[in-house]
Amino acid sequence: MTNPNGRFGIHGGQYIPETLMNAVIELEKAYNHYKNDPAFNRELTELFNEYANRPSRLYYAARMTKDLGGAKIYLKREDLNHTGAHKINNVLGQALLAKKMGKTRLIAETGAGQHGVATATAAALLDMECVVFMGEEDTIRQALNVYRMRLLGAEVVAVKSGTRTLKDAVSEAMREWTNRISDTHYCLGSVMGPHPFPTIVRDFQAVISKEIKAQMLEKEGRLPDAVIACVGGGSNAIGSFYHFIGDRDVRLIGCEAAGRGIDTFETAATISTGRLGIFHGMKSYFCQDKHGQIAPVYSISAGLDYPGVGPEHAYLHDIGRAEYVAITDDEAVNAFEYLSKTEGIIPAIESAHAVAYAMKLAPTLDADKIIVITISGRGDKDCAAIARYRGENIDE
Amino acid sequence: MSKIAKAFQNGKAFIPFITCGDPDLETTAAAVRAMAQNGADLIELGIPFSDPTAEGPVIQAANIRALSGGADTDKIFDFVRDLRADVTVPLVFMTYANVVFSYGAEKFISICREIGIDGLILPDIPFEEKEEFSGICRRYDVALISLIAPTSANRIGMIAREAEGFIYLVSSLGVTGVRSEITTDLGAIVKVIRENTDIPCAIGFGISTPAQAKQMAEIADGAIVGSAIVRLLEQYGREAPAHIGEYVRTMKEAVSTEAPLN
Repeated sequence: MTNPNGRFGIHGGQYIPETLMNAVIELEKAYNHYKNDPAFNRELTELFNEYANRPSRLYYAARMTKDLGGAKIYLKREDLNHTGAHKINNVLGQALLAKKMGKTRLIAETGAGQHGVATATAAALLDMECVVFMGEEDTIRQALNVYRMRLLGAEVVAVKSGTRTLKDAVSEAMREWTNRISDTHYCLGSVMGPHPFPTIVRDFQAVISKEIKAQMLEKEGRLPDAVIACVGGGSNAIGSFYHFIGDRDVRLIGCEAAGRGIDTFETAATISTGRLGIFHGMKSYFCQDKHGQIAPVYSISAGLDYPGVGPEHAYLHDIGRAEYVAITDDEAVNAFEYLSKTEGIIPAIESAHAVAYAMKLAPTLDADKIIVITISGRGDKDCAAIARYRGENIDE
Repeated sequence: MSKIAKAFQNGKAFIPFITCGDPDLETTAAAVRAMAQNGADLIELGIPFSDPTAEGPVIQAANIRALSGGADTDKIFDFVRDLRADVTVPLVFMTYANVVFSYGAEKFISICREIGIDGLILPDIPFEEKEEFSGICRRYDVALISLIAPTSANRIGMIAREAEGFIYLVSSLGVTGVRSEITTDLGAIVKVIRENTDIPCAIGFGISTPAQAKQMAEIADGAIVGSAIVRLLEQYGREAPAHIGEYVRTMKEAVSTEAPLN
């Protein structure tokens, strides 16, 4: 899907300061070498299986299926991975690659804190230094994850610029990378940023759809009719979609965060409300004003609270291969509670956006149809915030 | 000879930067006139962007002040039109790719030509992505300025050979901002640049004192100063233009003088 210049259709590219160009070129060369290296792949598979608890389960949600009264629903349980989210897949790949490149220090941005925790975890495991940039607003929303990162030995920098959320954390991590390149790898957490990041992150996350395909063939003897995942930057979604892109009968559905609604300014639904732009190293769709100023976005989910979307999603949208829908805070919170009560699984509020759309879609489909929802992470981190949303104050 | 080339005919060049609309466009206009009257050879006009990823805290704050003050691309075009009634010094815009792209690159660059903007600096457009803008820039005779960094290494010759206007040599790793010391071997980089092009080369990032400016001007053809000027705006607000004029005069003297500074 990607050409040598890192383009997905018109999207992607390398819109970064000259200072970083040799760093991304070096990264691309190293990646192209190691991705075909049997020893590297053996080591990574070993980490996936023995350390991160892969393959993750594909679980038949019988109660939910019965209750919604339509398509059969399976949950891809990325929430059962070590560290509690899909983020570990990408981080183990990038950290191992960085180590092979002779880097001794990882820096990362984080929104909800899941990518930061995963990066801090890999740094501890591989004996690397780690600094995580997190919007000050998010350090408050996700205080528990800040503590987890520090416990794992990482330094957490609270970013005070801009809207003090995920986009500002990305900007600050990029600034830090231009300041210190020789020993530092920027472990980008989603399928965004300059080439080769969208490709590298996708490849490491593609294990999700590779497993779904094999597990589905084993359990049902056929492919699913739809795969549904939440989209911020879009890494768990592209990972869930990738091995199905060529299977035209499998609907691929990305769920963006509508926040308080796509007809309000308090939204983070990029494909629904954004337009083409250039930011954070890539050409893609962005929420922005008419003068190209990046818009402050909003979602109850710190992990989806980002004004852009990965370039491959922008491309899949352009060619009509994937559908993108917007889910409001209210719908996501309802889904968060619904999955907890129906299946005994507390999903991350990010993943609850995908659950919410499945709750709308499943009843409209016949019982012989199959839907897979990627539960990208676990929801323990969100309990205090959801309680607050419901007007209940609990101490974390 | 292009207007940018002329900026380098008056001895070593001193190039100040200012963010348009910080805190308002009247103050920027007064500051630009003060810069021009006190010896600035070329002036970089920053169009504010919400998320300036190549800037340190000082210029980030200026961008926020300018945007909260209501500056936008159309108002800045009108402001330059007014300036050009009496200001003849070469002017270049410094902004981020999305500001130009979202306006429509062709429309943006054609207006630059019409209002008398001589060049465009886009720090998030490296060599590999420049064709999207450089073709249009050439058609409208607006120079798309190339940046070379301490990490450019094997890329210096390639960038220099296709450079237009002047080369912006980034002195140090990291973002814009005042530095006490610049440790990059800039002489070696300038040597490679000279082997590949005749266009002038000015050094920026981290320069604030007359001694630093003089040292940089000795290595290259000029010195660029941003954060130190923006700090004056931060400190003096609408009273800043007089202080900026005085600062520019001191810096131009420093880059021009042959004798060592004491």
